[in-house]
Amino acid sequence: MPTLYSQAASNVRKTFILMAFFLVLIIAIGWLFSQIYGDPVFLYIAVAISFTQSFVSYYYSDKIALAMNGAHPIEKKDDPELYRIVENLAMTSGLPMPKIYIIDEMQPNAFATGRDEKHAVVAVTRGLMERLDKSELEGVIAHELSHIKNKDILLSTVVVVLVGVIALISDFFLRMSFWGMGSKSRDDNNNSSGAVLMVLGIIAAILAPLAAALIQLAISRKREFLADASGALMTRYPEGLASALQKISGDPTPMRSANTSTAHLFISSPFKGKKGTSWFATLFMTHPPVEQRIQALIGMKI
Amino acid sequence: MDILVIILLVAVLVIVLWIAGAYNGLIKLRTQTQEALADIDVQLKRRYDLIPNLLETVKGYAAHEQGVFEKVTLARTAAMGATTLKEQTQANNQLTDALKTLFAVSENYPDLKASTNFLELQRELTDTEDKVQAARRFYNANVRDLNIKVQSFPDNIIANMFNFKMAELFEVTDAAQKEAPQVKF
Repeated sequence: MPTLYSQAASNVRKTFILMAFFLVLIIAIGWLFSQIYGDPVFLYIAVAISFTQSFVSYYYSDKIALAMNGAHPIEKKDDPELYRIVENLAMTSGLPMPKIYIIDEMQPNAFATGRDEKHAVVAVTRGLMERLDKSELEGVIAHELSHIKNKDILLSTVVVVLVGVIALISDFFLRMSFWGMGSKSRDDNNNSSGAVLMVLGIIAAILAPLAAALIQLAISRKREFLADASGALMTRYPEGLASALQKISGDPTPMRSANTSTAHLFISSPFKGKKGTSWFATLFMTHPPVEQRIQALIGMKI
Repeated sequence: MDILVIILLVAVLVIVLWIAGAYNGLIKLRTQTQEALADIDVQLKRRYDLIPNLLETVKGYAAHEQGVFEKVTLARTAAMGATTLKEQTQANNQLTDALKTLFAVSENYPDLKASTNFLELQRELTDTEDKVQAARRFYNANVRDLNIKVQSFPDNIIANMFNFKMAELFEVTDAAQKEAPQVKF
């Protein structure tokens, strides 16, 4: 019977495998395009741009995410119960106390961000505070703290860098082909093999960003499962989080400030609406379907 | 000949690096465990410090409940004097029981129940107990990691060589303590 520990370990393994796929994909694409143009320089440019973009957003991740969602900080005296819950869970996991923010939205939701443990931030919506009871709130906070502890913010930033690299080199490639810049190999080889390589290149340039996005989403889902399992190990009460997830997903209130760039940070996607649970539909979700998450939590032995 | 020497040197380097890595990992886990243990004491001290204040507040309204006050005071002194982890755990459990009786008794005094000072102290004590529990869980998590590493192959070789021992988990071993406490008054 799977336990929370083995669940956590399996999700970490799957993350490694997905990252490996990613790197193989990058190397393959980079090699293919370099073959066609005989010059790897734009691979380097793509890495530089993607890295710089992402580093800034990573470094200021706490401020950016909070500003986008209109959150304001709270002190212990503003909400002692919430403060104590966060404080005690941080102690259980050995994390330093994060800053706590409240988002003025009625949709029950929460997120955690921050570049490392010392600059961590946990934000909850007013809707969450009103709808959940203490053990459910603990489950949610434990899930968020687990994201911080498992360094998911760093991981997802690295993944975004990689996605950016693939998107950029595919973009460069398509532009250069469109504008008909010559390729070295076309002069050297006969026309047909040069053309085949070009066709392959174009197909790759279209499909690669899609593949990259799918891998990114798969990693995001695994980290959500991992945060669920780690959070349950923190509270030793998976039913709390399971019940919270049920309440959160059952609530149809929309979020005014929902946007795609911070959607993945939340415990449940802030975009409400019917979602399919077919295997194909799940490929495109940042979060696993709620039924699967609840099943994973209550089907476990501690 | 040269290649053989290189291979040998690389092998030795790998082994040295592995030994260093394993040793440092064990040191880190052991130190974290010690810190976690000391952390439990920090939370317990917070608890001991809150109690005299609580007793004074209750005495202001329920002066003749001497029996309960003495029980709490004695339990507190015993807990503060405990030396081993087991002794400390047991003494603190008895302190918890004494406090529960104190709170049960205070139900009979509506003025006391309404006192904001009393309510605040009660909340602080409950939170302190949650914090002690959090510290104990953190300690157990560290002990678990240390014990796993000390017993796993090949790290157990290094552990035995440098005398790293398993740490003891915080457990409730006394059967009486595992039952819900009785509130008698």
